[in-house]
Amino acid sequence: MSLVVRQPGIQTTVQDLGRPAWQHIGVPVGGAMDTQAHTIANLLVGNEPNATALDCAFGALALQFEAPALVALAGRDITASLDGRPIPAWHAFRALPGTLLVLHSGCRTTIAVAGGFDVPEVLDSRGTSLRSAFGGWQGRALRKEDRLPIGAPRPLGQRIAAHLDTRHRIVADWSASPSVRPAYVAHPVVRFIPGPELALLTDTSREALFRDSFGIAHESDRMGYRLTGSPLALTAHREMLSSGVTAGTIQLPPGGAPIVLMADRQTTGGYPRLGEVIAVDLPLVAQLRPGDTVRFVAVSLELAHTLYRERARHLTGATRAMHLRFAPGADGSR
Amino acid sequence: MRDLIRCLDARIRDERPIGVTALVPAIQTLTLHYEPTQTTFDSLRDYIDATLATLRIVPVAVRAPIVIPVCYGGDGGPDLDVVAATLHSSVEAIIEAHTSGVYTVAMIGFLPGFPYLEGLAPALHTPRRATPRTSVPAGSVGIGGSSTGIYPCRSPGGWQLIGRTPRALFDPTRPTPSLLTAGDQIRFVAISADELRKTTEFA
Repeated sequence: MSLVVRQPGIQTTVQDLGRPAWQHIGVPVGGAMDTQAHTIANLLVGNEPNATALDCAFGALALQFEAPALVALAGRDITASLDGRPIPAWHAFRALPGTLLVLHSGCRTTIAVAGGFDVPEVLDSRGTSLRSAFGGWQGRALRKEDRLPIGAPRPLGQRIAAHLDTRHRIVADWSASPSVRPAYVAHPVVRFIPGPELALLTDTSREALFRDSFGIAHESDRMGYRLTGSPLALTAHREMLSSGVTAGTIQLPPGGAPIVLMADRQTTGGYPRLGEVIAVDLPLVAQLRPGDTVRFVAVSLELAHTLYRERARHLTGATRAMHLRFAPGADGSR
Repeated sequence: MRDLIRCLDARIRDERPIGVTALVPAIQTLTLHYEPTQTTFDSLRDYIDATLATLRIVPVAVRAPIVIPVCYGGDGGPDLDVVAATLHSSVEAIIEAHTSGVYTVAMIGFLPGFPYLEGLAPALHTPRRATPRTSVPAGSVGIGGSSTGIYPCRSPGGWQLIGRTPRALFDPTRPTPSLLTAGDQIRFVAISADELRKTTEFA
């Protein structure tokens, strides 16, 4: 079982949920940019959350399937087609041998396939580490005519596929509930926990941080999203020693333009830290494009944790519901 | 401080408290990453307080420095002449000074296996390049301000490149992927261009 890359897209990589445990020797966590979309797309095709899927920036991706597959797309503003017919995001669908799936446009789209992609595990993860060129598919982004091996679907994925086939459906008539999907918008208000150096901002800069909309710069990539807007300044230059950072850390380099660290961030950083975008809002940031804007509002660590656990409960509930609905012998109807 | 961080890191790594997903030691900090569905901030803080109260801080075991061979100058060290000129010194004296020091790995970060090295002789402190290179080859040994270091993989970089090592600092397929860890001591020895070519661990 495999698929062939007919058009590689702007930057498409094989990702899972990353390799957090090797940060002490400088290995970036990496993984899906939008872990929530990744988790849901995998669930829709019966995979574990950490299964490998494709993570595609923007679009211009075309994949041809060589064997029947069960596929799902997740992300923001997705336009896709299967042999020319529009395919909705957040729905499982069947790709029959020879069919061409085209992702015309999107932001950070997850393309999950039942069984995931059969690539070797390196340092506990099958995700691509682009900067160091290891993991995922040959340690690099996909290229034209790559043939990616697809793994064996789990029983849940097999039963979902059988459910569609017996009903002669290509696209499932059920989908991921909006309650488990991130509420993507082009101009989100994003919550963050104040960071150790926030208090060092000048009064003017602090007001600007809480009031202004910041744009997403074109130089944004998997390591970090660079923000545009009026430059922020500190009351004093602070020479800092590098220390641990995480996805969502809002750094302030000397130029005054903040950076929100993303999946491929370095493990440590030496710039002042204004705060940490809370985990449940990171998907909203991940799905922003140049031209979109973001505003910031501070919240407590307690609220961040409450929201995180709430989201985890929703996802667990959705997983349980899928297993019940497609339990052996169940007919898949509600 | 250094011994405290190293010992606390080792202790927590050993005890593996539930919910801790990563530990990142740095020069003055130890960062804990955790999964909030498995633990809470308060219980981790209590755990760390209790651990600190009983922590035995022992100095790092004395071991012979790890030897890093370096071919100075040439293609691998295009800035060696510039460094010598900047420091009003000779290429030979720079190599002599760089190889006579013993350096301590303060932390690993920035890139997989990248050592932050302490112990560069003040006489070798050289400003970074005004314009960083967009691509520095793996194994490059450089000086940036008061630091010296080795690029484990190809990367953009602003340090003055004085040589190249054949040793792979990071290989994800090795049982111990990083050649160095925080607390290690290293020293450099000069090798010829021929030795560099014959012993290189890079593909």
